[in-house]
Amino acid sequence: MSQDHSLNPETMPAEPEKATLEGKNKFFGLWFFLGGETVLFASLFGTYLALKNSTAGGPTSNDLFGLELVFLMTILLLTSSLTSVYAMYHMKNNEFKKMQLWLGITALLGLGFLACEIYEFAHYITDYGFTFRSSAFGSAFYTLVSFHGGHVIFGLSWLIALMVRNAKRGLNLYNAPKFNTFSLYWHFIDVVWVFIFTVVYLMGKVV
Amino acid sequence: MSIAATQKRGFGTVLWDYLTTVDHKKIAHLYLFGGGFFFLLGGLEALFIRIQLITPENDFLSAGLYNEMITMHGTTMIFLAAMPLLLGLMNAVMPLQIGARDVAFPFLNSLGLWLFMFGGILLNLSWFLGGAPDSGWTSYAPLSIQSPGHGVDFYVLGLQIAGAGTLIGGINFLATVVTMRAPGMTYMRMPLFTWATFITSVLILFAFPALTVGLFLLMFDRMFGSAFFDVALGGNTIIWQHLFWIFGHPEVYILILPAFGLFSDIFSTFSRKRLFGYTAMVFATMLIAFLGFMVWAHHMFTVGLGPVANSIFAIATMAIAVPTGIKIFNWLATMWGGSIKINSAMLWSLGFIPTFTIGGMTGVMLGSSVADYQYHDTYFVVAHFHYVIVGGTVFGILAGLHYWWPKMFGRILHEGMGKFTFWVFMIGFHLTFFIQHFLGLMGMPRRYWVFLEDQGLDLGNLISTIGAFLMAIAVIVFLYNVVHTAIKGDKAPADPYDGRTLEWTTASPPAHYNFKQLPLVRGLDPLWIEKTEGKGKMTPAEPLGDIHMPNGSILPFIMSLGFFIAGIGFIFQVDHSAWLIAVYVGMAIAIGCMLIRSLKDDHGHHIHKEELEREAD
Repeated sequence: MSQDHSLNPETMPAEPEKATLEGKNKFFGLWFFLGGETVLFASLFGTYLALKNSTAGGPTSNDLFGLELVFLMTILLLTSSLTSVYAMYHMKNNEFKKMQLWLGITALLGLGFLACEIYEFAHYITDYGFTFRSSAFGSAFYTLVSFHGGHVIFGLSWLIALMVRNAKRGLNLYNAPKFNTFSLYWHFIDVVWVFIFTVVYLMGKVV
Repeated sequence: MSIAATQKRGFGTVLWDYLTTVDHKKIAHLYLFGGGFFFLLGGLEALFIRIQLITPENDFLSAGLYNEMITMHGTTMIFLAAMPLLLGLMNAVMPLQIGARDVAFPFLNSLGLWLFMFGGILLNLSWFLGGAPDSGWTSYAPLSIQSPGHGVDFYVLGLQIAGAGTLIGGINFLATVVTMRAPGMTYMRMPLFTWATFITSVLILFAFPALTVGLFLLMFDRMFGSAFFDVALGGNTIIWQHLFWIFGHPEVYILILPAFGLFSDIFSTFSRKRLFGYTAMVFATMLIAFLGFMVWAHHMFTVGLGPVANSIFAIATMAIAVPTGIKIFNWLATMWGGSIKINSAMLWSLGFIPTFTIGGMTGVMLGSSVADYQYHDTYFVVAHFHYVIVGGTVFGILAGLHYWWPKMFGRILHEGMGKFTFWVFMIGFHLTFFIQHFLGLMGMPRRYWVFLEDQGLDLGNLISTIGAFLMAIAVIVFLYNVVHTAIKGDKAPADPYDGRTLEWTTASPPAHYNFKQLPLVRGLDPLWIEKTEGKGKMTPAEPLGDIHMPNGSILPFIMSLGFFIAGIGFIFQVDHSAWLIAVYVGMAIAIGCMLIRSLKDDHGHHIHKEELEREAD
């Protein structure tokens, strides 16, 4: 490839993720995409808020939610966002190994979050018989939280694919934007969770 | 490459070229082809509707089939005809207007196109697989939940796939305008069509996810037993209406803003004047887009949201008339004192102004929430939205096609036939829809498949149907014009209209890299500036050098095919769980393609300097 040279400069620029036009495009493109995702989750939150008391005689949010587990999940996901920041910090200093290490920790924390979520859903279904079909509240709850969970699964798959693919060749101007867009996406998932934690779980215990 | 293009190529080569292309100009051709095809289908459905209503108590269509016709007519025209045709024009022209060699994400551009194609095909397969959707293009719950068969399932999955394609297209255009403008092309030097593309893309970005969610809820209710719209389990059907219109109202601005943009370019070109009030035009476009998100509940005045909500939405709705009025007056002022040249592109633009103004005025009437109780669900509404969508968007698309045809296809459409098309269509259009205002005021409800004799509706409906056939004749003449032009049309020069903007600095059709050297833009209407200063062509902003271009790929096609297969599986797994295999296989194909795309490096290729030097200027 004629441009391999230009993508592997002797000294990496200060912001390798935005040094090429492709990188800049990816950066803006992902930000725009997150704008759309915001509306997607806003619509789901709106639906949830409209239906959260429509329990059709089944368990209410107050009966179901235990804040201990959700607190743990919040800690896991917030920490994973922090570790992805460390990873990007090392990317900008062109320290590939350290970046991979912090991304690995990010992935583990994300997996931990996901495990907790699966446990949580299983607990609601087996112990309370609270399912996607029990009531409008059930449908809205599982849809909102699972859309977030689905984003976590997608993000983890993306991250692991990136880490494995680039494990042997290190950083260059071609893959740096990819890591950076992943980290933006991951932060967004984290922000959505903060809202779920507040709107679904905390408010669910109050009302 | 123009050298390769001169050689005769086999059909298979051309087909493969189009299936794998990431060139925005070829993707534009495909959008126009796909959108044009669905436009004909939707037009045929419209004719069936009008034939059914030609006389009282007609039995040309059964009630059920009539419901399918109106649903598919609306859905097809909005999602599969108007929007793709506009996306086609945007793809063809916008990168040229900002002096870019391609879009920001050529691969995604192709993916968006194929998702639209497969979504449209999936939706229309419903005709052959047990009946089309029949709960209206708005598909209100609980009607859409109760609708038997798979019709509404096709609606849900077809629109989900096509909508994802549109969203991808929107993001692509946004990034393109932000990062890929030529040197000197500041935001406030962009042609109005580029501005409209940019702002429309913002609307797409923020409107379509609401539809995505609405469609998911409908899908979950119909296929997986959830209870969003099931009142017995605490569901609420109004949620659908909100989500649909939070998407649906910006959607109508997605349809009209690109038309506004291209009319601005056309008026300016054929009046040989700078656009009057350029800055005001840009900000009016933004204001319309912004207000477009604030008015969705004016579709729901009769739901019972209460007088406060209705009043707020009524006022917001009427406020949109202000920026729209600014635009109308600016167009008139652009022509004022200009040396006007009237050809078919200009005719469509001139016809648009009074037609759209009528539609806008009935819009303000409908925006009055108290009066709306009288108009709601009558033919008055049908007349209103056809005046704005046909009189605005379809006129706009036809104006744009006549204007940019030489740039897109290298030949000029036949003027005589173009003018004939315009006059027949214009007369047919007003015959069809003007009378419908009065039919509506006299109480004729929309979506009914028959009306009774001697209610004062007979003559009006007859006239309306005659008008529809005139429009059909006009479209047939236009199609003949296209074929005629392709075979023996005049070859177009690079700048057939003495144009003002950058697209007219490229060859007709442009080389696949668009600009050998990126142009240096020195102001609004950059080509016109160079012309007035006696130079007549752009100054290059860079020395001649290697050009980096993206590689073609078949992956977008296969990925979309995967989603299509999964869509079929989702629809029929309700009947038999064996269809879940199709879901898994389809999703595996789609996700596999994503993985390949992510893991396989794609650096694009270079066109070398020597090669460029060899090509004639």
